[in-house]
Amino acid sequence: MHNRSIAEIAAALDRREVSSEELTRHFLGRIARLDGQLNSFVTVTGEQALSQAREADRRRAAGAAGPLTGIPMAHKDIFCTLGVRTSCGSRMLDPFVAPYDATVVERVAAAGMVTLGKTNMDEFAMGSSSETSFYGPVRNPWDPGRVPGGSSGGSAAAVAARLVPVATGTDTGGSIRQPAALTGLTGLKPTYGRVSRYGMVAFASSLDQGGPFARSAEDAAWLLSAMAGFDPRDSTSLDRPVDDYVGALEAPLDGLRVGLPKEYFGEGLDPRVSAVVEAAVRELEGLGARVREVSLPNSSLAVPVYYVVAPAECSSNLSRYDGVRYGHRCAEPKGLEDLYKRSRSEGFGAEVKRRIMIGTYALSAGYYDAYYLKAQQVRRLIADDFRRAFAEVDVLVGPTSPSTAFRLGEKTSDPVQMYLSDIYTIAVNLAGLPAIALPAGFVDGLPVGLQVIGDYFSEARLLNVGHRYQQLTDWHQRVPPGFE
Amino acid sequence: MDWETVIGLEIHAQLATRSKIFSGASTAFGAEPNTQACAVDLGLPGVLPVLNEGAVRMAVKFGLAVGAEVARRSVFARKNYFYPDLPKGYQISQYELPVVAGGHLDIELEDGSTKRVGITRAHLEEDAGKSLHEDFHGLTGIDLNRAGTPLLEIVSEPDLRSPREAVAYMKRLHALVRYLEICDGNMQEGSFRCDANVSVRPRGQSTYGTRAEIKNLNSFRFVERAIQYEVERQITLLESGGTVQQETRLYDPDRGETRPMRSKEEANDYRYFPDPDLLPLVLEESFVEEVKATLPELPDARKARFTRDYGLSPYDAGVLTATREMADFYESTLRAAGGEPKIAANWVMGELSGALNKGSLEVTASPVGPEALGGLLRRIADGTISGKIAKEVFEAMWAGEGDAEAIIERRGLRQVTDTGAIERLVDQVMAANPEQVAGYRAGKDKLLGFFVGQVMKVSGGKANPGQLNEILKRKLAPR
Repeated sequence: MHNRSIAEIAAALDRREVSSEELTRHFLGRIARLDGQLNSFVTVTGEQALSQAREADRRRAAGAAGPLTGIPMAHKDIFCTLGVRTSCGSRMLDPFVAPYDATVVERVAAAGMVTLGKTNMDEFAMGSSSETSFYGPVRNPWDPGRVPGGSSGGSAAAVAARLVPVATGTDTGGSIRQPAALTGLTGLKPTYGRVSRYGMVAFASSLDQGGPFARSAEDAAWLLSAMAGFDPRDSTSLDRPVDDYVGALEAPLDGLRVGLPKEYFGEGLDPRVSAVVEAAVRELEGLGARVREVSLPNSSLAVPVYYVVAPAECSSNLSRYDGVRYGHRCAEPKGLEDLYKRSRSEGFGAEVKRRIMIGTYALSAGYYDAYYLKAQQVRRLIADDFRRAFAEVDVLVGPTSPSTAFRLGEKTSDPVQMYLSDIYTIAVNLAGLPAIALPAGFVDGLPVGLQVIGDYFSEARLLNVGHRYQQLTDWHQRVPPGFE
Repeated sequence: MDWETVIGLEIHAQLATRSKIFSGASTAFGAEPNTQACAVDLGLPGVLPVLNEGAVRMAVKFGLAVGAEVARRSVFARKNYFYPDLPKGYQISQYELPVVAGGHLDIELEDGSTKRVGITRAHLEEDAGKSLHEDFHGLTGIDLNRAGTPLLEIVSEPDLRSPREAVAYMKRLHALVRYLEICDGNMQEGSFRCDANVSVRPRGQSTYGTRAEIKNLNSFRFVERAIQYEVERQITLLESGGTVQQETRLYDPDRGETRPMRSKEEANDYRYFPDPDLLPLVLEESFVEEVKATLPELPDARKARFTRDYGLSPYDAGVLTATREMADFYESTLRAAGGEPKIAANWVMGELSGALNKGSLEVTASPVGPEALGGLLRRIADGTISGKIAKEVFEAMWAGEGDAEAIIERRGLRQVTDTGAIERLVDQVMAANPEQVAGYRAGKDKLLGFFVGQVMKVSGGKANPGQLNEILKRKLAPR
């Protein structure tokens, strides 16, 4: 059952081969049995899940079930959940229980899905390895000595290990696509404004975007259908109808114009990863795509721009964690300043503190123009690169990450090396574009992810490309050893 | 040395929206602490601001009323600083691009001349909560009911030259926001408060002196006194060879002096940057036009109409239009009285205002409403009572004894207009005062007043004065 697609599970539920309650027990059992090796869940909500499952079974019996009713899923622990701890992987929010559901949580629940729990992540989504969590590092099911990527590493590891069929994640600089690539999954970062940010703990507001993790483009299409849509509570959400993602999956790729950004195949890319990507491009050609080289000349500026903009926004967004109203508060504060200093010193980990300091510096009087303002100007140039490219091609194809999963601890002492693992994903967030990571092969037994970037609101097209590619390949069906 | 005072005011007007500027929570004053603060106001993780259109409408209304440029595109920024009553660790405000820029307000000076005061800008922002330092035994309580209340910060040019000018400007602005119905103007509740930037310079010097900012003045009297104190402090300092520090000061009304705030509280680098949770505020031409159509008659226009249509003096028209409530009261009274605008003005500015002042009442809380006052004036006009008796009736009305009609009847104050009755009273008085009659007839015309007084006395003040005069003259005439 845990290797089946959402559509197959839904069909089994419809045929009464299995109930949602049985299904939920099955996945909860796998989590109990297997997650000790991975640490992918921070909180498992077994009782609540079973009660949701029974409700789903009642709905189905009453003939009121939708396509996702009774299907288990998990949320990254960055989405606020009414009555269930939302930690964001931080000691700061370890005691925090939200009094409301995030819009995404509401929508997924309204679709009848069953939430098994909250998944582990880099603290406040700051990281590319899921090693900065207060709850300990997440391990990659393909090799427990390696990281699953980050920051949504818990969701990635859990879906890859078949502990849950699908999960939500968030992507600020690659936090869905990079872990999807490193664990052999399909992960989609939607257009900025497509998925509501209401109730999603903010890291960098102008870059954050929620999206799905799944084993296939088809499953991702199902979950995105439930997540996406206009939300009046999010002023940056776009009031525009949601496309039929599932209905668009089968469209032919004849004449699809594919651009290969030459900057994405240069220095720093593992040649073995490059070879996998090139093979995947040939498969796309076989499906009717016309491939050409394009240029995104400002690509090399994406990482430096990102590490000004994202920390600047985070330094402000994380100011609310002051020990006054909720979250971690130091013991016996001696006055206001002591309360602030110790609560924040104790509550935040090293990477979060590093980014708060960088961001505070970048926004300071006398530095604002040179850093923040300049970064915003370059950000526009990066978006212009994509605009020009999409005048000539339909999608851009390249690697998601320059290497396969690295070892735990390998990059923790060198933040810049860690930052460079998002070198191909960051520009997409800066421009607000959608992009999908697709499993495209293996190097030394570790998954390699292809990245397909589309123009604004082309999620349906990206899922369509992924689905057609997955009909031709079976990389997405490989199961990590020990998790069959 | 001859010093010139330079003052600019920053006025925070709380906008009279029902809900907050970025959330749906209520803005009503006086609720139990923290009962009107929703997840957004508390700054919980994951919440997002959504701009209240009503607040924008009010800001635009203000901009149009002061002849300012309403920005077609303005930007909300974050002002970052830590304080326990600031839940997010930043205040959402407008910084580089405010919604209203430029504009002016005319004030009247004591010599009767008019002065135009420039308005640099007005921008939208959210208020913070309140820190409660009392009643918590060494701890500080936080009430976030006020957090997120919409404010319009109105910044003047440094055009004001004396504490009195500053107060005149502030009063004019106070009247305007109430005319526009965008702020209730309640200064005790903090709905209308002021920061004053004060500096002095030798008269004739073109550059400004170093200024001090006096924070959070919440009454006209404090504004005048605080600025007066600050001006004297700066002059004394400069004349004794010292220099003025650019700093933030607080006014202590008990001691009547300003004191510097602790330097820590002002040593902030606010790290302003555009709020990524809010899109730039873009106003369509049609929106601005729609708001323009809702503008009421403004004080200056109303004053001009009062002088033109009612024949009032500019001074009277100015007093009566100083607040929208007073002007409305006057016009309602006039309607009820059925004419005589000058008499109505005298009554509203005289008896009514005097009684209001004595009772420290707002005109809207007057025990004698415009209908009742108009009714009284009608009785004067139709000769039922004299102006003098009317004052007695007004006092009784004020005391709650009923309307003019009832009081006149109950107290028997109706004027005697029966010629025969007045003649009998005159005969009675003449018979009792033969010497004065002889004196008058011998040419002492001034004795007429004596007879009027005597007859009035015996009539209980009710004899119709016109008729009495006529009868007296006729009867006293030499035979």
